This record gives sequence, structure tokens and C-alpha cells, in this order.
Amino acid sequence: MLTYIIRRVLLLFPVLIGILVVTFTITRMIPGDPCDVMLGEKATKAKCTLFKKHYGLDKSIPEQFARYMLNVAQGDFGTTIRDRRPVTDVIAERLPLTIELTVLATVFASTFGILLGVVAALNRNSTADTATMVFANIGVSMPIFWLGLLLAYFFSLTLKDTPFYIPPSARLSPGVSIVPLAKVWGLQNLKGYQRFLLLMASNSAILNGLLTGNTKLLTDALWHLILPALAVGTISLSVIARMTRSSLLDVLGEDFVRTARSKGLRERLVIYRHGLRNALIPIVTIIGLQIGGLLSGAVLTETIFALPGVGSRAVEAILSRDYPIVQGFSVLVAVIFVFTNLIVDISYAYLDPRIRIK
Amino acid sequence: MTAASTELPLTSSITIVDESPARLAFRRLLQHRSAQVGFVMLILLVLTALFADRIAPFDPLLPLEHVVRRSTPCIHLLGCASGEAQHLMGIDGNNRDLFSRVVYGSRLSLQVGITTVSAAILVGGLLGALAGFLGGWPDDLIMRALDILMAFPSLLLAISIVAVLGPGLINSLLAIAITEIPVYARVVRASVVAVKDHDFVTASRALGASRMRLLFVRVLPSSLTPLIVQGTLGIATAILSAAALSFLGLGAEFPTPEWGLMLGEERNSVFNSPHLVLFPGIAIMVTVLSFNLIGDGLRDALDPRLHR
Repeated sequence: MLTYIIRRVLLLFPVLIGILVVTFTITRMIPGDPCDVMLGEKATKAKCTLFKKHYGLDKSIPEQFARYMLNVAQGDFGTTIRDRRPVTDVIAERLPLTIELTVLATVFASTFGILLGVVAALNRNSTADTATMVFANIGVSMPIFWLGLLLAYFFSLTLKDTPFYIPPSARLSPGVSIVPLAKVWGLQNLKGYQRFLLLMASNSAILNGLLTGNTKLLTDALWHLILPALAVGTISLSVIARMTRSSLLDVLGEDFVRTARSKGLRERLVIYRHGLRNALIPIVTIIGLQIGGLLSGAVLTETIFALPGVGSRAVEAILSRDYPIVQGFSVLVAVIFVFTNLIVDISYAYLDPRIRIK
Repeated sequence: MTAASTELPLTSSITIVDESPARLAFRRLLQHRSAQVGFVMLILLVLTALFADRIAPFDPLLPLEHVVRRSTPCIHLLGCASGEAQHLMGIDGNNRDLFSRVVYGSRLSLQVGITTVSAAILVGGLLGALAGFLGGWPDDLIMRALDILMAFPSLLLAISIVAVLGPGLINSLLAIAITEIPVYARVVRASVVAVKDHDFVTASRALGASRMRLLFVRVLPSSLTPLIVQGTLGIATAILSAAALSFLGLGAEFPTPEWGLMLGEERNSVFNSPHLVLFPGIAIMVTVLSFNLIGDGLRDALDPRLHR
């Protein structure tokens, strides 16, 4: 198992370098002189030379790339154009929310997706089965942003004066706010990655609420994330439900299931220990494949629910041509994506011994 | 027991199949329930797109006079006063007839889906075929490069590409096509690798067929089946992604009647005039659903393993 994990981790390096090549190329492909883009049209020649020297743009392309790799390896993604803040600070401010949303959506999609899939498979060709599959088909065809808007309308306008009211926008209710962990714990002097990690934890309302025991913050943050998570998770829920159904049906037709039944094992045990456990591998695969979609979905949903996450900031950055942010976010998202896929691969090996031995 | 009675059940239960696999698959497709639903929806959509100028009662781009901005649908059959002009889906924020815009949107949406997927299949298919056919280092080079493209979530990669190219419909289509390339390259490569050492290919080579002929006449047709399935499902994804980019303001621009853009323009008025959000969304969903259903049907019909 350990050698398997080590091999998989080593295989990551070429991919990570590839990601850097892509993001590097993307920013070098921006039409026009970087000086004009960064300093504006009115920049003088002298200013431009100075600027290029400062950013190493007067060097050759391979040298520039090497410099870029070194910077990224040290956690330096440059500074934003608009307000000259380190991109890493913007990331620490925005990323936690996007991660929270993605994780909640994944949990929602996996739980209900597997549940619906199992129900459909066990009652094959029944009304419940047909209904689930029709729902799943519609679910994969809905635009996330549209579903988000409809959910907002239904839960915050139609159900306005009922206990089921859920707020349609913002991250926290007025009056509830995040207290920076650096202040709470008196850790203002941290530097480098420690500071980054603390900022990340601090800006995650859920983690912050858990760490400081602030239940009001925790529940308020979760309450505001319900609708976005529903919107983001629905597509994946449908995909997972379909995969669970077909995978479980396949497994339940296998000989060892018949053997288990014929030796008199209780049906519950047959289904959960022999059926579902073996059906899980394709299901885990599909959940892993959904992570990319869920991240993209989070980006789309943030703009609807006025959530200050990576996505809404990235769109702003694109429209205002703030490339360092776009570049930093692209690297980050790709890295997250690659690492979740790694975790998925490792969990297969755990579920299916044949993979780790091979 | 007489001879006749033993023969009877045989002749009645066995039908002799002398149809080509393609016709068989087509018949299975037509009998597939979800494919039937998908085809009906798609035919309606295509008709809408073809006759958009006849169906749409108003110009999709020009603001109307004497209408109330963002007013709710006025349908005569449902009790709207017959003196008023009929607006099946209401009026949008720029005083345009929403129904006409949604109808015209079908043209754009179908074009978007088909052009992006065709471009991706062309480039991806060629790369995949080369990789699979040549093997060795060209294979490694092409496929590893495409793997890196797949390391980015596709919509987010499309967003980054649009960031470089600049917002706009054509650029967003280009971006979506690029993100779809690896999928088709993989599909084609897999089927090329699977058949290239078969006897019929070797026989053809022994007869002196050129490499080009081998690739295009003998090997590539085998990848047609998975390509058709993947392509149909890919159209659905492409339409969704294009709508998403337009929604974010990175795709189609004002005043194009694009469904995603229509949703994006009116997203802040969802609480006051939900109909402006509801209808374009339904249009996207129906279009995407039709391609998804047909894709599922195709997969079931073309996969012989499912019909033992």
C-alpha cells in the first residue's frame, strides 16, 4: 500500500510542472505588451524598462519560466494589479469559502446520490426506480446557475414567513462576523506558510466556528451555504445516483451474491456487505470525477448567491484583466483537483486490493 | 409426438436476423424509450430553430414600444385581455419580447453545441488517431500533454482561456472546444489501439495499403461508435458550458439572444420577475436533456454487450 502511494505521489510531479507550463503559457499569450497591460497605456519607455527588469521580463523565456517556477515553489504568486496585494493573501481570503461549498456539495451529492441509487436498484423497474432515473436525467441537464436562482426564489420568497426560510445571499447574517484567529490566539507575528494556513483556517467560517467554539458563527455559515450546496450538488447527485444504480445491479447479478443468498445470509447483509461494498469502486471513481465539476459549479454559484469565494473574484479579475490573480487561481484549482484525484486513486487501492498489488 | 408439433415452437420463437449491424442498432435506438423522448424534443427544437423567423412574433433584438418593462406573460388563452398584445413569456428588462428571444436562442444553442463538438472531435480525433497509430514517443508526447489539459476542471480551464482571448461568443466557443479535445483524443486512441493489430488490418497492410489508407479506411471506422456516443453527450456539455460562460458575462454579448446571457442579464430581477429567469433556463434544460437522452439511447443501442 505504501509503495503504491509513493509511486502515485511521484507521478504527480510531471503533472504539476505541466500545470505550471500551461498557466505560464496562458499568461504569456495575452495579446499586447505586458507593460501596457499592467501599467496602462500611458506608461513611459523608461518606466516600462524598469518594470520589465523588476518582473524579469527582459530575460529569455526559459529563464522567465524557471523564475516563475521558483517563485511558485516558494509560495509567491505575485501581486494583484488593482490593489497591489499579494495574490496568496487574496487566495487565503477567498479559497476557504469555495472549499467549504465544494465539500458540502460533495457530501450532499454522495449521500443522497448513493441512497437514491440503492433504492432504485433494489426496486428495479418500480415507480420509485423510474422516478429516480427521470429525476437524475433532468438533474444532469440543468444549468447550475439557473437551479440556484430558482432555489433562491423558492426558499427565500415563497417560503418567506415559514420556518423553512433560507437566506438567498451573502455569507453571514448581519451582526455575525468572523473574528480573525490571529487575534483570538495572539499570533499576529507569523510569517510564510504558517501565516497563510492560519489565515485560511480563520477565513473558513465553519472551521473558525469549530475552533473557537462559536456555534452562532458555525450555524449561520452552514445555514447560508445550504442553498448554494444544493445547487452545486444536484448535477453530481444525479450522476452518482445513476452510477450507483447500475453498479449495484451489476454486482447483485454476480455469482458470489447468489452464493451468499443461498447460504442463508440475511438480505441486508447480502446487499450491504457483498453488494454495495463491491459496487463502491465505480461509485468512488465517479465521485472523484465530479470534483472538477463541483469546483466549477462552486465558481458559478458564488456569483449568484453573492458569496465572496474564489470564483466570483476570478470572474472580476478576468473582466478587469488582473492576470496574476487568474494565474494564481488556475494553478491552485488545478493542484486541488489533481490532489483530490490522488486521494480517489488511493481510496480505490483501499477498496480493491487487486489495484495495490498490481 | 409428431414431427409437426416439435417444429412449431421452433419456427415461432426464432426469427432469422439478416439485417446489417447498423440497421439493427438503429432499430434498437428507435425502440429505446428515453431516446424516443429525446428525439421528439430534438426534432421540435430543430424545427423551432429552422422556422424561428416565422414562429417568433417579434424581433428578438429590437425593444418594443408601448410595453411595460419586465411585465408578466400575457396569454389570451389564460385570460389575458384580448385587447392587449400577446407575449407568451412576458417582456424582458430591455422591453423585448422574451418568447421571441427564447425562440431565436435555439438557433444559437444548437450551432454552439454542434460547432464546438465538431471542432473538438476533429482536432482531438486526429491527435488520438496519430497517438494510437504511431505509438512510441509520439503517443507519449501527445497523450501526456493532453493529460495536463485534463488536470484542469474543464469549465475553469475554459474560463482561463477566455481570460486570455478576451470575452466574446467565438472566443468562448474556442475555449470550450479546447477543453473537450482530450476526451475525444482518448476515445479515438483507445479504439485505434484496440484494432490496429487485428488480422484484417495486417491483411490490408500485406496487400500493400499505405499507412494513410490503413488509418483512415481500416482503423478509424472502428472508433466511430464511441465517438458518436461521446459526441452526442458532448454537445449537451458544450451547450451547458457555453451558457455558463455567457451567464458570467464571458461569452455572448448584448444584445445576442443567447439563453445563458438572458439568464445573466436578469439574474438580479429573479425575485420581482421570476419568469425572465424561468423560461430561458427551461430552454437550456430541454435542449441539454434531449441530447443527453439520445446519447444514453445511442450508448445502449450501439453496445452489443448489452443485448445478450
